[in-house]
Amino acid sequence: MKIAICVSHVPDTATRIKIGTDRKSIDPSGVTYIINPYDEYAVEEALKTKEKLGGDSLVYAISVGGDTNKETIRKALAMGVDEGILLKDNNQRDSFGIAIALADEIKSLGCELVFCGKQSVDYDNSIIGQIVAEMLGYNCIPVVVDFKLEGNKITAEREIEGGKEVVETELPAVVTAQKGLNEPRYASLKGIMSAKKKTISEKPATPSTNFTEVIDMNLPPSKQPGRILGVDSSAVPELVKLLREEAKVI
Amino acid sequence: MANKILAILEQREGSLKKVSFEAASIAVKLAKELSLEVEAVVAGSDINNLKDVSRYGISKVIHLKNSDFLNYSSSGYTETISNYAKESNAVCLIVGNTSFGNDIVPRLAVKLNSGCIVDCVNLSVESGEVIATRPVYAGKAFVKVKLNSDVKVFTIRPNVFKVETSGSENATIEIKEISSPNLKSRVVSIKKSEGKLDVAEADIIVSGGRGMKGPENFILIESLADALGAAVGASRAVVDAGWRPHREQVGQTGKTVSPSLYVACGISGAIQHLAGMSSSKYIVAINKDKDAPIFSVADYGIAGDIFEILPVLTEEIKKIKS
Repeated sequence: MKIAICVSHVPDTATRIKIGTDRKSIDPSGVTYIINPYDEYAVEEALKTKEKLGGDSLVYAISVGGDTNKETIRKALAMGVDEGILLKDNNQRDSFGIAIALADEIKSLGCELVFCGKQSVDYDNSIIGQIVAEMLGYNCIPVVVDFKLEGNKITAEREIEGGKEVVETELPAVVTAQKGLNEPRYASLKGIMSAKKKTISEKPATPSTNFTEVIDMNLPPSKQPGRILGVDSSAVPELVKLLREEAKVI
Repeated sequence: MANKILAILEQREGSLKKVSFEAASIAVKLAKELSLEVEAVVAGSDINNLKDVSRYGISKVIHLKNSDFLNYSSSGYTETISNYAKESNAVCLIVGNTSFGNDIVPRLAVKLNSGCIVDCVNLSVESGEVIATRPVYAGKAFVKVKLNSDVKVFTIRPNVFKVETSGSENATIEIKEISSPNLKSRVVSIKKSEGKLDVAEADIIVSGGRGMKGPENFILIESLADALGAAVGASRAVVDAGWRPHREQVGQTGKTVSPSLYVACGISGAIQHLAGMSSSKYIVAINKDKDAPIFSVADYGIAGDIFEILPVLTEEIKKIKS
């Protein structure tokens, strides 16, 4: 079976965001980029599935963006992914634009099972997996914390408010990975060395027009520093009074 | 037939969720400003509180009904709701940004050949267009965005949009029986977690961090949360240490939340955590280190020993609640 993983190249979560001069995106100077944290769970689950299936299963890591995305594809290759594919576009795409390119590539590769991170920690849209699935006519289970594949049948647990839904569906399908699905493996030295030899094929991403137009980007309004009411429980009555009378939240 | 805004309501186990009323309220408001008709639409089996949506200015509710819709079915709900949106000339859909909204909205958008903007914290009309504001980078920045597609779909973050009661219209409920829905993908059961409230939906959150010193001490957090009717949250450090489940994690790689009150206990305030909770309306920080970054976003703070302060605070809250 052919399995695809969609990976995205995002600013490290420790990044302090500065707004770029266009006032529509961030200033990328000094920002360290990493593989999207949720994509590591997707990679791990794809590799586990391949190991379980045995035979001649192949795992592809696909990313849409500029040349720097190759660093993230390499990371997936070092973890054990077989082949990397960069769908090139240096322009900013919205989720639909990214999904169109991914869906086209998944279709031409003939992947029946697709793993994505449940969201990218940059734009936090959390929608690409579902869009890809719908474009391809695949089933989709987002935000998965437990995944089982038997023959054609998928049983997965998906996180919802206050619990988990047990969902049943069939291949072909897109599954988006939530933290807790597995413990992503570390890339071994051998993995890192062999990743250098693996090929990353490059092709232009399917042309698309964005549905979404960013008007501006701003930092959140800065808060007035708060009041330290005391250093022990003698400050509790004042705190409760403020919460009731000033904040009116209790 | 005039174009419509649809508020897509969410039900769980036959009851509408609170975010549905928030969606209805903002849909009614936008419809007025854009001179559109408004309807509420819900897919489900029997629903016990459907009439309640009338209070928020909705005069017509479409109930897309099938007994197999007791539990969610991604394929079934998507097909049924998108068919209705098409046949009713919907130009705008408003949905709660919950696990339901997250699953269905991108799929509805593809079916309706539209874009979608998710997790909106504000929707306004400027020169006849809906402008959305939403957080990016887990709340480290905010963007104003609009959609250029003919149909526009938005999800709203729970607890942010005000519910506005407008009169006491008695909504007409129109039931459309759905025959043989597409159940290719369906929920077969639900496993409820022990915690009563989910951080993503709670109006008050009490969170604990590494300053709690061990999982056994979270009883102090749980007691305060119980007294306040709050959900329990956690920092990434304590989730990674295995003290608390991931579903309680607040911040980047956890949940981004905006409750009315956020009480941070023994949390120093890593940038990823601050991003996820600093848009809370009021923040209380209790931490023994007076220089901890959490105090820079807190409205009120006590710079002292959490183990001495929390029990007193819990007792004080119980007193005023009784």
